[in-house]
Amino acid sequence: MLSKGLKRKREEEEEEEEEKEALEVDAWWLDPGHPAVTQAPPNVASSSLFDLSVLKLHHSLRQSEPDLRHLVLVVNTLRRIQASMAPTVTLPPVPSPPLVPSVADNLLASSDTILSASMASLLEDLSQIEGLSQAPQPLADESPPGRPIGGAPPSLGALDLLGPATGCLLDDGLEGLFEDIDTSMYDSELWVPASEGLKPGPEDGPGKEGAPELDEAELDYLMDVLVGTQALERPPEQGR
Amino acid sequence: MVLQPSERHYRDWNHRRLGPWCSPTGSPAPLSCETGCGEGSWILVCRLLVPTQVNLLSMEEDIDTRKINNSFLRDHSYATEADIISTVEFNHTGELLATGDKGGRVVIFQREQESKNQVHRRGEYNVYSTFQSHEPEFDYLKSLEIEEKINKIRWLPQQNAAYFLLSTNDKTVKLWKVSERDKRPEGYNLKDEEGRLRDPATITTLRVPVLRPMDLMVEATPRRVFANAHTYHINSISVNSDYETYMSADDLRINLWNFEITNQSFNIVDIKPANMEELTEVITAAEFHPHHCNTFVYSSSKGTIRLCDMRASALCDRHTKFFEEPEDPSNRSFFSEIISSISDVKFSHSGRYIMTRDYLTVKVWDLNMENRPIETYQVHDYLRSKLCSLYENDCIFDKFECVWNGSDSVIMTGSYNNFFRMFDRNTKRDVTLEASRENSKPRAILKPRKVCVGGKRRKDEISVDSLDFSKKILHTAWHPSENIIAVAATNNLYIFQDKVN
Repeated sequence: MLSKGLKRKREEEEEEEEEKEALEVDAWWLDPGHPAVTQAPPNVASSSLFDLSVLKLHHSLRQSEPDLRHLVLVVNTLRRIQASMAPTVTLPPVPSPPLVPSVADNLLASSDTILSASMASLLEDLSQIEGLSQAPQPLADESPPGRPIGGAPPSLGALDLLGPATGCLLDDGLEGLFEDIDTSMYDSELWVPASEGLKPGPEDGPGKEGAPELDEAELDYLMDVLVGTQALERPPEQGR
Repeated sequence: MVLQPSERHYRDWNHRRLGPWCSPTGSPAPLSCETGCGEGSWILVCRLLVPTQVNLLSMEEDIDTRKINNSFLRDHSYATEADIISTVEFNHTGELLATGDKGGRVVIFQREQESKNQVHRRGEYNVYSTFQSHEPEFDYLKSLEIEEKINKIRWLPQQNAAYFLLSTNDKTVKLWKVSERDKRPEGYNLKDEEGRLRDPATITTLRVPVLRPMDLMVEATPRRVFANAHTYHINSISVNSDYETYMSADDLRINLWNFEITNQSFNIVDIKPANMEELTEVITAAEFHPHHCNTFVYSSSKGTIRLCDMRASALCDRHTKFFEEPEDPSNRSFFSEIISSISDVKFSHSGRYIMTRDYLTVKVWDLNMENRPIETYQVHDYLRSKLCSLYENDCIFDKFECVWNGSDSVIMTGSYNNFFRMFDRNTKRDVTLEASRENSKPRAILKPRKVCVGGKRRKDEISVDSLDFSKKILHTAWHPSENIIAVAATNNLYIFQDKVN
């Protein structure tokens, strides 16, 4: 019933060590006589389930709009499995029971990082989707924590358009926001200063000089409004 | 009444295919309308295939209907994924039955009127109206596709000649008006009979247009569109007993709407944590109390139900009652939380009880007792030892619905292998029935099914390992006053009736 393909080579050496450790802790999770446990050998059960859950989590995160219920349930299950496999994983590297190998520790520790980073990135993205009026928060992603937050990482794809939401929308960011948006509405004749000659009309004359500056300021203001409340907090810019 | 050509073909197909009605066989079961549950008492009234757009077009042509009908049934390729039924709902009188599908379409069936000539036809449902409720959308700002699948349909109580229903996809709720037109104005002055404008200079006399009878037409028009109020996926809608408001619930929020106002809604529940990293629970279903317009319940993915009173505060984040059953220590596993996640919650018609469906059980709760349900029914406990496989293939996340019968004495819910289960709360009897093409001769009595858990399998039993987990009955509906049920199995809609009826 369990998918054999999920087993990794490393598991085989961990199994022996984990078996002894698992029986000391939270034994009821792995009680082979328990109807709730699968037919697979108990020492394999939790680590395979762990892998399966991580796979499911990643698959879920890769969706453009993940099913929140599915995601939450998988994450909670993953936490349970993780807790039962090595309850001491969250502690700093203190000499734990001698049988726990460093390999298992690293595995669980890195998984924890990936898990929380994935969850964090996804949930941050979700909260950003909701509206640009959210309090600016750093855009975490799966890369190493040392990465600068200033520019929007290109790997995020569509969410780039929302901007790094750090409150420091740069001019480039502003440009990037509107790259894909059809601006023909703003290119219409109404916005074109009469001096450009496209619409020679009664506006020729005294209003001519003032027109270019006025139009640009209005255009900027409009773009600011479109970007949202964050943009409104910025001082008005003088053209591009 | 005369139906549109496509619908007429459809109804004829229904009758022709299912043949002359045969009288029920076997000894009559000693049943009253009260219990409506028990062995040998349910018969198939009709099986309705929701036709695809392609088939509707070909039916309008002059082709041998029987040939189409036969190929229709044999050829599975006619049924596309868009035809998968995603919601079923009777209206308040039971005269109409609405289905929504993955393709965003709503099909409404109407009950055949009783007539002396065709006594056996009573209880049959035929197509009344079909319309495209939701279209696939693309959210350009987030670069996301919005599915057109209809998640829920809820009828409004009828207040005039027209019918009103709410239908919703993941993001947008729409109010539809379904009305009949059997007259049309004739004798315009400025238009000719084809609708072309006439040259005013040619008009020499004036006349008053008159209404003349025409072939009955059923038309559906969208009256309201309630959009842009949900960031997450809408899972429930519920019409309030005041008939002026309704609520829509997504994973993290519930909004209250007034039917007349589309650009504004009130947020009455918000469980979104300030830091999304702390998210551990989502809203799975919500419903208004049938009589008290200030009371509603919502269920969660952690197996809890909260009852809220809107009079207490504007934002009902603090519940009035909290229903949760303590975990059974002997049944704990990695999957305890997933299988406790409630997929549906329904008030009884009386308003005294709520029923919840989680993965393995149906529970009935008394509103006055929060610490445990008063009744628990095992739907398919034989799956408890298979949870790991079901987790692997994602079946453990399936969301089954549950329904009450009109008198709140019987509850029904679906299972796998096209099985559905009924539980009689009074006699404590239960039955497993199957909605399948192979076993469905018209008017034949449904044979109860049994799943063999282990040991020797008897002749008519099915072993757990032979169950088809791709055939799941997620959506069912029960007529508000009679023992007529509608069961959706992928793109098939089965209508069963209590034989005593």
